[in-house]
Amino acid sequence: MVLLLPLGSAAVITLFTRRWKNLSALISVAAVLGSFICSCFVFMRTDISAPEFTWIDIRGVFNVPIAFVLDDLSRLMLLIVSGVGSLIHIYSLGYMRDDPGKSRYFAALSLFMFAMLGIVLANNFVMMFIFWELVGFTSYVLIGHWFERDSAAEAAKKAFLTTRIGDFGFMIGILMVWMACGSVVFDDVVAHFSKITSNPGYLTIAAILIFCGAVGKSAQFPLHVWLPDAMEGPTPVSALIHAATMVAAGVYLLVRVAFLIQASQTALLTIAWIGTITALLGALIATQQSDIKRILAYSTISQLGYMVMAVGLASNEAAMFHLFTHAFFKALLFLAAGSVIVALHHEQNIWNMGGLNSKLKITFATFAVGALALIGCPPFSGFFSKDDILALAFQRNLPIFVIGLATAFLTAFYVSRQVLIVFLGKPRSDSARGAHESPPVMIIPLIVLAFFALTAGFEVVAQNFLVVPHEKEASAIVPTLAIVALVVGAGSAFMVYRNREREPVHVDLFRRLFYFDEFYAWLIKHTQEFLARIAAFLDRAIIDGGAVRGTGGATFGFGSLLRLFQVGNLQAYAFLFGMGIVALIYFVIFR
Amino acid sequence: MITLGHYLVVSGILFTIGFAGVMVRRNIIIILMALELMLNAANLSLVAFSRFHVDPTGAPNYNAQIFVFFIITVAAAEVAVGLAIVVALFRLRQTTHVEDITTLKF
Repeated sequence: MVLLLPLGSAAVITLFTRRWKNLSALISVAAVLGSFICSCFVFMRTDISAPEFTWIDIRGVFNVPIAFVLDDLSRLMLLIVSGVGSLIHIYSLGYMRDDPGKSRYFAALSLFMFAMLGIVLANNFVMMFIFWELVGFTSYVLIGHWFERDSAAEAAKKAFLTTRIGDFGFMIGILMVWMACGSVVFDDVVAHFSKITSNPGYLTIAAILIFCGAVGKSAQFPLHVWLPDAMEGPTPVSALIHAATMVAAGVYLLVRVAFLIQASQTALLTIAWIGTITALLGALIATQQSDIKRILAYSTISQLGYMVMAVGLASNEAAMFHLFTHAFFKALLFLAAGSVIVALHHEQNIWNMGGLNSKLKITFATFAVGALALIGCPPFSGFFSKDDILALAFQRNLPIFVIGLATAFLTAFYVSRQVLIVFLGKPRSDSARGAHESPPVMIIPLIVLAFFALTAGFEVVAQNFLVVPHEKEASAIVPTLAIVALVVGAGSAFMVYRNREREPVHVDLFRRLFYFDEFYAWLIKHTQEFLARIAAFLDRAIIDGGAVRGTGGATFGFGSLLRLFQVGNLQAYAFLFGMGIVALIYFVIFR
Repeated sequence: MITLGHYLVVSGILFTIGFAGVMVRRNIIIILMALELMLNAANLSLVAFSRFHVDPTGAPNYNAQIFVFFIITVAAAEVAVGLAIVVALFRLRQTTHVEDITTLKF
């Protein structure tokens, strides 16, 4: 039921109601709300079991059922996805009010909800992979929603291709697990797990390959390049897909297969370090961006890095806790940013904003809540979850802890910078001076999300939903250091950016995104050139030259050889015939 | 005394003349006549074999003579067909010389 409602809505909109935009929007919103109510119901009751069908059954070799897993993990994700999803659907009603492609947008959004819930509920690798690809596809459609803009079309293509690289690794990883265990169902893999642990190298490779899928989808280093470009899509999409849910799918996947990963120390260490590098890299780049959504995109990358770091440090609880709080405050930040963008008539450069705190009061307040949660200010949710991860790092791996702390400092720095430039100071453009508050349909989701961003971290609230990790009693030094980093970061941002009209600091390396795009362009150009040369050689020399022309040439050569005999002269034929007979007789009699 | 060898030599000479005629003459009608000569050389050797291959009662072996009758019959039919073709060819090309009829050549 949870799954079928959004799917049905997507189908209905695509097939029947494309003409009537508002009706399509309402169907979609109703479907996702229904799905959310069902999710709540599923969450409350623990005794519901889903029906199980057999989908592919090659006896004894390959068996893929369509079945759902309903444990604490999937129930929590179900709630996050459908809850944040329904708020964002409602918000979209306002944001996409005058868009000509509204029906298409809502159809894709519904399809995305279906696919995302499918990932959460899948109980085997194959189902998960299919929904995983479906999510990638809907993400492609939604990023490229304004496909008439070249940049959006390019960004959609980039997102799709980049995640495909990771997905390829994911697929190979799945196949490796299947080869070793003979099953793709999670429970069976756990049951036959000893078969795979006996070979540590194989296990490590399989775990890292599966992690590749998460690297692509969760925009981890080195495949993070697509996420900032994905901000070309409509802002609610950025909030839903590229902040709260889809990118979290990678983390969810890692937690789901944690039993596999935790069996290999090498894999764990790799994952932890990739997460750490991503966190630092995202934060560094974010300090120099001037697009309101790109800053948030890089902060998403950075926060996802934290989650992956937590998985790499073998703590699923900390990762899920941060995912849970992050879903709320990052969706909130994106939606608030969207509200700013709408108020300023699609202006995204922060240097054209300023002084919005008095004009967009509610947006400012909710954005501030989100920002405080993001930088981990004590009473807000981000503080608790980030603190857990840092405490974990402090206990298990000190270098990672130091980098994590530096990232926390940078986070405080760039978020304060953003708030200062966007909302405080003097308005720096006409549209900023003439801004006015967004309609209530956009404001209400903001308030709801702000409420959750504020409270989701408290143990009283959070423990209703998930297992809150208890690593805190280890030391009081971690929260103290985190708060110091926060204060220093925010303070220095305040010093540098207060009442500035222009960007005062220029770090070209960060502004140009560490030259990743240039590097990939170079890499792809050269490898492709090389591969193309090989392919051209194979095609021209071996296939064309050898197989095709060779056959033709051989026949032609034989033909011209035989043509010598066809002189057309009757007597010549008769002579050859006679000679042939003579030769025949000679051979018969004398041999 | 005329022996089998004499007959066979005559038959060989006739065959060679026929073969040479087929090789060197340019007129199709002459070539057909040379072909008849080759067939009759074969007939001659067959009759000679029949005459000299006697069983103990002194009767010759008649099988070869039956062969000769068949060959004469077939040769007659062949000449009829061959001449018909030559006539048709002459109507088409106004020639009976083999050098002028080389359209089978590629």
